[in-house]
Amino acid sequence: MELFLYTALFSPLVGSLFAALFGASPKIKIAGIVPSALLGVSLFSSTMLLILVFTTDITLHVEMMTWIATGDLYIPFGFVVDQVSVVMMMVVTLVSTVVHVYAIGYMENDKGFNRFFSWLSAFVFSMMVLVMSDNFAGLFIGWEGVGLCSWGLIGFWYKKESATWAANEAFIMNRIADLAMLIGIFLVYWNTGTLQYYAAFTAMPSLDSAILVWMGIFLFIGAMGKSAQFPLHTWLADAMEGPTPVSALIHAATMVTAGVYLVVRASPLYDLIPSVGLFIASLGAFVALFAASMALVNRDMKRVIAYSTLSQLGYMFAAAGLGAYWVALFHLMAHAFFKALLFLGAGNVMHAMHDELDPFKMGGLNKVMKGTFVMMTVASVALAGIFPLAGFFSKDLILEVAFVENHYIIYSVLLFTAGLTAFYSFRLVALIFHGEERYKLFGIHPHEAHKFMLVAMSPLLLLAVIAGSFKMTYFEMVTKVLPELEYHIHHPITFWIMTIGTQLFVAGAILYAYKKYTSREIKVPDGTSKMENSFGYKLLINQYYIPYFYEEYLVKAYRELSDVLWTKVDQKVVDGTVDGIANILYNTGDTTRVMQSGNLSTMLKWMVAGTVALLSLAVVFGLAARYSGEIKIFLSGLGV
Amino acid sequence: MEIGLNHYLVLSTILFAIGLVGVMRRKNLLMLFFATEILLNAVNISFAAISHYYGDLTGQMFAFFVIAIAASEVAVGLGLLIVWHKKHNNIDLDNMSSMRG
Repeated sequence: MELFLYTALFSPLVGSLFAALFGASPKIKIAGIVPSALLGVSLFSSTMLLILVFTTDITLHVEMMTWIATGDLYIPFGFVVDQVSVVMMMVVTLVSTVVHVYAIGYMENDKGFNRFFSWLSAFVFSMMVLVMSDNFAGLFIGWEGVGLCSWGLIGFWYKKESATWAANEAFIMNRIADLAMLIGIFLVYWNTGTLQYYAAFTAMPSLDSAILVWMGIFLFIGAMGKSAQFPLHTWLADAMEGPTPVSALIHAATMVTAGVYLVVRASPLYDLIPSVGLFIASLGAFVALFAASMALVNRDMKRVIAYSTLSQLGYMFAAAGLGAYWVALFHLMAHAFFKALLFLGAGNVMHAMHDELDPFKMGGLNKVMKGTFVMMTVASVALAGIFPLAGFFSKDLILEVAFVENHYIIYSVLLFTAGLTAFYSFRLVALIFHGEERYKLFGIHPHEAHKFMLVAMSPLLLLAVIAGSFKMTYFEMVTKVLPELEYHIHHPITFWIMTIGTQLFVAGAILYAYKKYTSREIKVPDGTSKMENSFGYKLLINQYYIPYFYEEYLVKAYRELSDVLWTKVDQKVVDGTVDGIANILYNTGDTTRVMQSGNLSTMLKWMVAGTVALLSLAVVFGLAARYSGEIKIFLSGLGV
Repeated sequence: MEIGLNHYLVLSTILFAIGLVGVMRRKNLLMLFFATEILLNAVNISFAAISHYYGDLTGQMFAFFVIAIAASEVAVGLGLLIVWHKKHNNIDLDNMSSMRG
């Protein structure tokens, strides 16, 4: 069985290296096919491991080799396959296999085809290291690995100024959070003496609660960066500069959920500190609402979906913060399927519209893009949480958790957000696929994507529909490692009122969105309508002016500071010191070279002077050594 | 007053100082050789005196070596001096500045 573990882990790496062989050569199809096939192998191995873990409850734990062993510090390259990591492995390998196959079609006309697959497979490898590691150090390696690959993929079209800017923004934001994460890891090591999950979590209950709180906070800040929670959220929307398969894989299904995974993995820690948990849940609920509100008005199709991802990550954190780790992981899984599907659908639309992203310039595409239309609609229904699709089970569960735990504010915020989610999802669907065919004004002739791309997306479609029915099997499996908490609303009448009420609310939001955005009056906004000039709209379309604030008050201030440090400290002090030393040497050389007059008599005089100087030194030292005792007494008398 | 070690050493020091001044002040190469000779012999006096004082012959043997080497050094030096004189018609130190840096 260890063989499956290693093939699951390393075949993406092999695929990445294979594609990298052709990195500099022109597009060659095999550079896409081989990594995809190897990911298929990885998916197969993960499935075998899932079956093993599910049927026999065996968890695999291997130590591939020692990494660091020095003094008390012992960190192996250890991997663990338990009920939690195997779920993540399935999500990661499944979505990435689909995305790889899809990308063969999506990137077919791109010059960087080979390079793209190398980065993409390297990303999957890092993600597998992240989820399979059995210690915090390995997790951190994977964490940085996905950060690096994400940078390479967001900035994939590096000739575009905005893409490189977004890549750097994502990378720097994540570095800020990673610093906190490192501090958290150091705290764990400092206080428990180990980085292995199992040993560290066993040692934690006996620690001082203040230390545990700091550990929890610092680790969570790391998670906030990767999962783009407020106030480190701005990078996620900008990361949509990357190719769409990247958005689907990294910025919807896998990497951004790494933060949730970290909180779930560290559940024994967060169980000990419910106050931090409550903070996480509140922040999650806030982000859910905050991001959903920005998605309401945005005119960039991919950004709307990105904000929706942000909002759903908020849901996951809300659940995890309230101690319902298995619910968070369940929503993570369901969300990965339908959100990746949504993104890939958006990729098809983008191709059809020649990279046009404004949904107001589309409309009526359902006639030419039937397959994509069906898939995106199903994904949106799932995202909105309509019975019996995946989103219903997972999202409703989070609402129930909030309700049962008596956090009514969180509950109402999340409930309201569910309505917003339905509204913005169907605003998008309505604008893209229904109504007038506005694209004709722009002279675009849309076409459906390749058939094999649609076929590649179909597993996600299937899972988006049926993932909810695995709820109980999944529950039985993961609760062997996660806290087993059932959330049942005690009174059946309350339960039915709540469920049906939520469904009606969501359905109402969908209908409203349809009614509003399929009407014939929809025009491409030109900035003159009353709504576009209202304060609320401006606030939302400018993302609450947060990027502006960062730019004006943080980036500019930092730049000023850097300028000052550069011109004053670096050029004057640092360079000054170095140049000064060099100048001293030059000047002594210049002044002393006159000694070399070549006149024998002068040289003899210098020789005598040198001999005298050395002799006097010898005499002084001799005397000092001889009278050292007396000198000491004399000096101590002076109080030196 | 009996003549003891200190007298010899003082004599040696005075001779050494004379030699040193000669080395520094003289501009004539021949005089420079004389001054060097004085320096070496000043040291020889000390060697001999101290050797006698300690009843150890090593110092006197050293003095002999110094005399022998000084003789050969002067022989080589005078040879070079004659060649230089033939070439430049003077033996003034201030004219020998081809080593100027």
